[in-house]
Amino acid sequence: MILTLLKKEFTLELRKKSVIAGIGLYLFSLTFICYITFALRHNSINAATWSALFWLVILFSVVNSLAKSFIGEKKGLAIYYYQVASPQAIILSKIIYNTLLAIVLSLAGFILFSLLIGNPIQHASLFVSTLLLTSLGFSSSLSLISGIASKANNSNILMAVLSFPVLISILLMAIRITKNALDGIDLAASYDELLNLMAINCIATALAYLLFPYIWRS
Amino acid sequence: MKKNWWKYLGVVILLYVHLGGLLLEAPRLNILNETVRALYFHVPMWFGMVLLYMVSVYYAVKFLRNPLSDADIKSVEYAHVGTAFGILGILTGMLWANYTWGSPWHGDPKQNGAAIALLVYLAYFVLRGSIENEEQKARLSAVYNIFAFAAMVPLIFIIPRLTDSMHPGNGGNPGFNAYDLDSRMRLIFYPAVIGWFLIGVWIVSLRVRYRLLQNRLIEN
Repeated sequence: MILTLLKKEFTLELRKKSVIAGIGLYLFSLTFICYITFALRHNSINAATWSALFWLVILFSVVNSLAKSFIGEKKGLAIYYYQVASPQAIILSKIIYNTLLAIVLSLAGFILFSLLIGNPIQHASLFVSTLLLTSLGFSSSLSLISGIASKANNSNILMAVLSFPVLISILLMAIRITKNALDGIDLAASYDELLNLMAINCIATALAYLLFPYIWRS
Repeated sequence: MKKNWWKYLGVVILLYVHLGGLLLEAPRLNILNETVRALYFHVPMWFGMVLLYMVSVYYAVKFLRNPLSDADIKSVEYAHVGTAFGILGILTGMLWANYTWGSPWHGDPKQNGAAIALLVYLAYFVLRGSIENEEQKARLSAVYNIFAFAAMVPLIFIIPRLTDSMHPGNGGNPGFNAYDLDSRMRLIFYPAVIGWFLIGVWIVSLRVRYRLLQNRLIEN
């Protein structure tokens, strides 16, 4: 069931090319705005600013692109899923799909940043593994919150308001690891943070799995 | 009278805390000096906030398991009073920080944690405000309450301990015992925590009764 649902997500996504193009353009515009506002042709930024900018860009593009996972869907479609699939299968397929999307987005963001703003990362494998872990955390939190927000009136504003406080702990951990990756410190030094990030991911995924049936029922 | 003993207890304890906290001997510490007395009023706010939010989450779980409207009202009211405690905690903390650290806002991890906890519950109230269907409102906000509280736990209990903080009990310390909280202060501090929490629960019970009466009026 999960596989079928995943396949459906991919077909739908590939069918609507404008959505992918929109997300890509959003990411590009954000990066470009950073490039222009800091006048990077003449100046350069230090590592701490790089990491702050990078995570801001990733946060905004991920929140905006994952918000549509439930918000964009039509009312009738939800009733149809309700009859053919269990809520657990739906939330798991959404989380897997959104994780992949978030990974693609953050890697694309990393490449764009390297091209336009420069790449001060010294420990690339550590940084990429942080990107993978945060993608999972973002996607499980945002999938559930998108489900909540889709039932309310002003979903888009609500999505941002509800998700930012929840994402801050993931973001804080990610920024701490990024600092180590920027300084090229050995993997052992960021062991605690990586473990913490994994624990937060586990909590978020488990809770999304447990709580989703309750919002699905309405 | 028999049912209300804890309310009297709360009042008596707080009377004791105010008199004892302001008049009894406090240890002489550098920089802190007499401001150490703020401990009796600032820290219990923080404890009270976390405890009240926990009770709110407990009622949210209870509501999801068995959708009674009572559990929802209790969950909201605990969150309301917890938020009031949180705001008071931040204000008293800012006042204290102004005299000991030099400025009201220091970006200390615990200060940030408290601010984010307030953000979570303010978002919770916004969520409640933007759903019209009562039953759906109760269920969705209960789900958010549980999820957000769990997401907040690492922020409040784990991250401040990993980072350097000017609050005691951080950077590897287990908690209060490492602090210069001597036995004289403990005699007032622990009752203060209990007293403020009892007052918080009392305020919640009044608000819940008021809401239930309101609901009954609407139904009739």
